[in-house]
Amino acid sequence: MPVNETLSNYSDMAYATSVVIYIAAMLLYFGEFALGRVATAAKAKETALVGAEKSAGSTGAKDVVGHVPSQPKRPMAERLGGMAVSMTVLGALVHFGSLLTRGLATERVPWGNMYEFGSAICLAAVLAWLIVLFRQLRTARREATPAQLRGLGGFLMLPVTLLLFLSGTVLYAEAAPLQPALQSYWIVIHVAAAIVSSGALMFAGVASVLYLLRSRYENNPLKMTKVGSRLPTSQALDRMAYRATVIIFPVWTFAIIAGAIWAEAAWGRFWGWDPKETCAFIAWIVYAAYLHARATAGWRGVRSAWINVLGLAVMIFNLFFVNLVVAGLHSYAGVPGS
Amino acid sequence: MREHVTTALAFLRNTWRGLTSMRTALVLLFLLAMAALPGALIPQRSLNQSEVDRYFREYPELAPILDEVGMFEVFSSVWFASIYVLLFISLIGCLLPRCWEHYKQWRAKPVRTPRNLSRLPHHAEKTLDDTSVDEAIAAARRRLRGWRTVEHEEADGGRSISAERGYLREVGNLVFHFALVGLLVGLAGGKLYGYEGQVIVMADGSEFCNSGTYNYDSFRAGLSVDGTQLSPFCVKVDDFDVDYQPNGQVGSYRVGMQYQSGEDLTSNSWKPYTLQVNHPLRTAGDRVYLTGNGYAPRFTVTWPDGQQRTGLVQWQPMSPQTMLSQGATKFDPPGVTDEVQRRQNQLAITGLFAPTAALDGKVLSSSFPDLLDPAAAIDVMRGDLGLDSGRGQSIFGVDQRMVEQGRLQRVARENVRVGEEIRLDDGTTVRFDGVERWANLQVSHDPFQTWVLGFAVLIIFGLGTSLIIKRRRVWVRVAPHPESGESPAARTVVEVGGLARTDQAGYGEEFARIADDLLGADVDHSPQPRADAGTARERKS
Ligand code: HEM
Repeated sequence: MPVNETLSNYSDMAYATSVVIYIAAMLLYFGEFALGRVATAAKAKETALVGAEKSAGSTGAKDVVGHVPSQPKRPMAERLGGMAVSMTVLGALVHFGSLLTRGLATERVPWGNMYEFGSAICLAAVLAWLIVLFRQLRTARREATPAQLRGLGGFLMLPVTLLLFLSGTVLYAEAAPLQPALQSYWIVIHVAAAIVSSGALMFAGVASVLYLLRSRYENNPLKMTKVGSRLPTSQALDRMAYRATVIIFPVWTFAIIAGAIWAEAAWGRFWGWDPKETCAFIAWIVYAAYLHARATAGWRGVRSAWINVLGLAVMIFNLFFVNLVVAGLHSYAGVPGS
Repeated sequence: MREHVTTALAFLRNTWRGLTSMRTALVLLFLLAMAALPGALIPQRSLNQSEVDRYFREYPELAPILDEVGMFEVFSSVWFASIYVLLFISLIGCLLPRCWEHYKQWRAKPVRTPRNLSRLPHHAEKTLDDTSVDEAIAAARRRLRGWRTVEHEEADGGRSISAERGYLREVGNLVFHFALVGLLVGLAGGKLYGYEGQVIVMADGSEFCNSGTYNYDSFRAGLSVDGTQLSPFCVKVDDFDVDYQPNGQVGSYRVGMQYQSGEDLTSNSWKPYTLQVNHPLRTAGDRVYLTGNGYAPRFTVTWPDGQQRTGLVQWQPMSPQTMLSQGATKFDPPGVTDEVQRRQNQLAITGLFAPTAALDGKVLSSSFPDLLDPAAAIDVMRGDLGLDSGRGQSIFGVDQRMVEQGRLQRVARENVRVGEEIRLDDGTTVRFDGVERWANLQVSHDPFQTWVLGFAVLIIFGLGTSLIIKRRRVWVRVAPHPESGESPAARTVVEVGGLARTDQAGYGEEFARIADDLLGADVDHSPQPRADAGTARERKS
């Protein structure tokens, strides 16, 4: 199984390009966020207090996302937001191309080591974000205006670009065939499920962090005014975090069970408290606690949001610490030179 | 006395209530997560004894304290077990009443139509011309097929339907939680009745039979396994192939082997199998895995009296990248009956083995893991190996104490290639004959693992059902329009109200569709702009 050098070079180039595009998208999101004041801050305050969603009125309703708007007279902020979304879509396409060419170059799934895995998680997170954005535009019952919703974009792109940067530098691994332990169709099932869930949970975690900021502002509009007033309502953020988690929790469960089935064939036992298994278990428990907390009086709202943030922290810990520091069976999924 | 009993009972009841409440379950979940954390951070004996040893060396003060509280065996510690046992008691205590509750709900009729539908989170209303009450109610009945419905006559001549749907949600939920309990029981069964053994087998046609624990290099028995009733089967390892990439990375391992179990044991016939990573051999209810491999150099010693012995012992790979290995091949002098004589003339060939020799001066290292240019850098030691001292010693080295006491001495040090020979001072010769490969096999037995798998599948289905299905209600009230009088072209007021009983958003769209179907597309079915529009949580515990 020789590696196709040309394709793998294309893949690296596409990767770098996608990072640049994502950074541009992030800056545009933040640009909209910063300029948004003129149009929305005053209203947003009153929105927050009244709890209604109909402020910022007619503007974004007819936006075609992914299309750089050309009508005159659109406020600068709106235009930046539209561009940010277009850039995100473009970035995701290039990013997908990077993974695709990696896979073609090595004739295997493009998630056989930590660099590829990190990259795929980021793509999953970006896609989760785009799906939420487009769905939100479609549904009649809006919890946030597109402009408000886009306020989330920059905060999502921030960890995405950071993780991509880390993957592309510290964790980068040359394209190579899979080692024997990974030569199994379970890599398609188990790791794909882990990627999709990690990406979606990353989105959910960001939404919960923003929920915490926003609810501080809503409880006292003098706190966090600059950031808080431009975020979607706490209700919308809470609901996004909850829905993403609820949808992905069975997938995450499946990823762990698929891992156990694979481990039975690869390592001689289906569960052995290997560090990654243990961490996956802990993360699972934390998300289960989140779902329960949402249904328990007194734990809704801020407390359950904290649990979701904790879940994200465990996932990140699992990704970095367990792969890089602790020696476990998963370590081969690893890092150059180890 | 009476009082004491009542207080005790009250205490018990309160404890039980407290234990089975959602909040307690939540706290126990957290405790479980916290308790598992050290298992990921601190090396565990069951996984990696040598890491534990290193931890003891690096933190000589801390380690004994951690050991005292079971931090190196988190998952078999009492406190870990007590948390999950409490959790599961709480779970069962929570589940049984819920089953009963759900059974009652399942049998019960949907609740009566509320007087004022417009106060529900979802509501729509319209007056239909040329539709009678009967027609409208029939249309609603048709539209609500698949819902559990009940119809009521109302005082003003109107009629209403209460409908509810999504009972499977709770079923999924119960299945999920019961499957968790089942999974735990299956896990415990595996711990009781399972076993796991490791054995190194030379890839030269050597045989291994699962006939007793003494055949293993190491063996871990479940609590109810005494080692006398292992599943009978035998394997024979014929050859071992590794396919290396030019950069030394392994492309694949293949063990060519044969096995026999059941009938084949009596007829002594063998079936071929290629053992690979990710492809264990499954036979006789056991699984055989390839978990490691290495080289065994073959040495022949010829004593001055012409007697010969050949030694073939596995050496231990020190690095998977180069497969440079270390080890010791030990010999007793043949035909010596005198104990003291024998003990003074034992031989050990110890040192390094390189599958692809790379010499820096006289220092041997390996430049590639495959067997391209094998060489060994050996010390020949003569004297008392200390094998009879009663103390266990590594098969990969000599007892350094014997060396320090001068009872074991080096008599030669040389680099040899295959076919080369060393002559010792007393005329004994040591020849490096060749190299065999060995495979480390793991045999595992867990009669409960299919049960565990079954419960795991139930967990996913239960979870999926309970998270996807929404429990929701809809009510339709149809009444003659107050101003339609007695005219035959009846005007009828149709009102629809909806309520989602679960925490999940998304009922709005379904409600809108129902309202559209019953009222025509142009109605305003606004959700109420309330803080928690569209949801009413079921459980308030
Ligand atoms: C009970 C068994 C297993 C569990 C609970 C488990 C859990 C996980 C989790 C949680 C991830 C996501 C990683 C992260 O967030 O860092 C992951 C990734 C991965 N798993 Fe597993 N796994 C199991 C078995 C296996 C087996 C048997 C293999 C292969 C022999 C395997 C190979 C991988 C690979 C290649 C990744 C990609 C991620 C990386 O590079 O770290 N897993 N697993």
